[in-house]
Amino acid sequence: MNQPTTSLELVNATRRFGGIVAVNDLSFKVPQGTICGLIGPNGAGKTTVFNLISGFYTPTSGKILFEGEDITGNPPHIVCRKGIARTFQNIRLFSSASSLQNVMVGAHLRQKNPWWFPIVPFLADKEEKMVHDRAHTLLERLGLADVANAPAGSLPYGAQRRLEIARALATNPRFLLLDEPAAGMNPHESSDLMEFIKNIRADFDLTILLIEHDMKVVMGICSHIWVVEYGQCIAEGDADAIRNNPKVIEAYLGEEYLQYA
Amino acid sequence: MNNSAMHRAYTLCAVVLLFAILFYAENNLDTYSIQILNLVAINAILAVSLNLIYGFTGMFSLGHAGFMAIGAYVCTVLILTPEQKESMWILEAIHPWLANLSLPFLLAVVVGGIAASLVGLIIAIPVLRLGGDYLGIATLGFAEIIRVVITNAAPFTNGSLGIKGIPQYANLWCNYGWLVVTVYVIVRLLRSNVGNVFKAIRDDEIAARTMGVNTFYYRVLSFCVGAFFAGVGGALTAALISTIDPKMFTFMLTFNILMIVVAGGLGSITGSIVGSIIITFMLEWLRIVENPISLGDFEIPGIPGMRMVIFSVMLMCIILFRREGLLGMREFSWDALARFVKNPVRFFSRASRSTSGASGK
Repeated sequence: MNQPTTSLELVNATRRFGGIVAVNDLSFKVPQGTICGLIGPNGAGKTTVFNLISGFYTPTSGKILFEGEDITGNPPHIVCRKGIARTFQNIRLFSSASSLQNVMVGAHLRQKNPWWFPIVPFLADKEEKMVHDRAHTLLERLGLADVANAPAGSLPYGAQRRLEIARALATNPRFLLLDEPAAGMNPHESSDLMEFIKNIRADFDLTILLIEHDMKVVMGICSHIWVVEYGQCIAEGDADAIRNNPKVIEAYLGEEYLQYA
Repeated sequence: MNNSAMHRAYTLCAVVLLFAILFYAENNLDTYSIQILNLVAINAILAVSLNLIYGFTGMFSLGHAGFMAIGAYVCTVLILTPEQKESMWILEAIHPWLANLSLPFLLAVVVGGIAASLVGLIIAIPVLRLGGDYLGIATLGFAEIIRVVITNAAPFTNGSLGIKGIPQYANLWCNYGWLVVTVYVIVRLLRSNVGNVFKAIRDDEIAARTMGVNTFYYRVLSFCVGAFFAGVGGALTAALISTIDPKMFTFMLTFNILMIVVAGGLGSITGSIVGSIIITFMLEWLRIVENPISLGDFEIPGIPGMRMVIFSVMLMCIILFRREGLLGMREFSWDALARFVKNPVRFFSRASRSTSGASGK
């Protein structure tokens, strides 16, 4: 049994929107405990893949398995309950709430109290304090403790990205989907981000699948990469294999560049 | 922790002070003034409950008058004595189930609230799948349906004649007691993580779903809690003004409450309370513009409905110049009060820039 266990698996997943096939017969296996990448030109269907996994879309055909269990067609909150968290390409924080409250909403999932407990004095205090402390610990670990009470919308861009990850981690996931975590970052920030992603993977014992356009980030941290174009997987392998694959160069730069490659 | 225990003690003192003022008012003010104070409390209950639904959970609901009607009718039918019921139901004899049913007032109000909340649950399940303006129109239609049902269910409601001579149990103590209960329950909910979830749904429903929040469940929950207190408000209204009929519970009633909520600030409990004080007093005070006014030789004739014109203009001004309402999303807190007492000028210059955290009631 040297074969690493599979965390997430797509089996012939297809998603059509009217006449457009956004994801076409896509299959891949993400091994447990790795950081993997999903790349491809704009409009290739990468975010659709994320929406299929996280339950916002149901595949037209095909299956999605998480740790061997079929999660095809489960609504987003159930998918999250099973242990898959995600972030968004365009940051979606609860902007009027504080950073702490944002993370507390993530932690809400693991609360057991019925909704009316807070009305009775002292009944909910213990669990509320637990959630509060857990959220605070997460903010501390992600270096956001000093902005805990600031409105999330007022934070600088990089901090908002980290807060979105903190909020996702608060749901206690085993699998994390990151949609363009390095978007809008300068080279210095994105190299910090690489370290950061490696650290949270190890600290929280996660499997990570990320979409990214910054090739330095993708090549730097992903042990396995899938290249998607027109909803189909055109290449897969480790960083070196992808870098030298003529199909990938064609997809990104066009056919005429192939002769120079 | 120590600080919050102190704040809790302050809040308790404030409630005691409120009831001391009520005691004074009851013994020293005329019936008209007391009636206005009662209306302030009931409007505040209604506004806070609508604010929970619209301001905190982001569901544009126009069904409040419908919930009030249910609360009012259920409570009224339960508190009337069998003899009163027999003499009052003229169109059709009262339904035998209800004829001998009688409950103490406090219990009847609770049952009225629960009835409103149950009806809220029934309509929430199909309707809360809608969002935004569609939800507003669907709930508006619902409130109208309730009214028509009440008009036609004569054996239960005495139809369009309405019910008169309801015992006036809703005195100052009762109304303000319920106001304290309403504010307590809703503030406790909002300040727990359940409140964070409500606000998360308002801010970004998609992100909330991704975070594992069953948004439909929480929307229904908020809607039903709001409907409960709307039902309570309706029951108190019936027992305050002693007569109800289906024409009372039209869209105008919902509009008045909506006006209070928007003027006070969507997403601020403090705003709803301040709003209901100001607007209830204004509605009474502005009656003078409907009477003839003489300025020396010049006489302005009284125009009925003039105060609503002034009111609508005021509402437009609020929307134009201070869209977030009087208080925006700010809440009263003892810390903020302390800052204000220390340095009022700095308090206002700061308050206009940042929203202060809630840590009061």
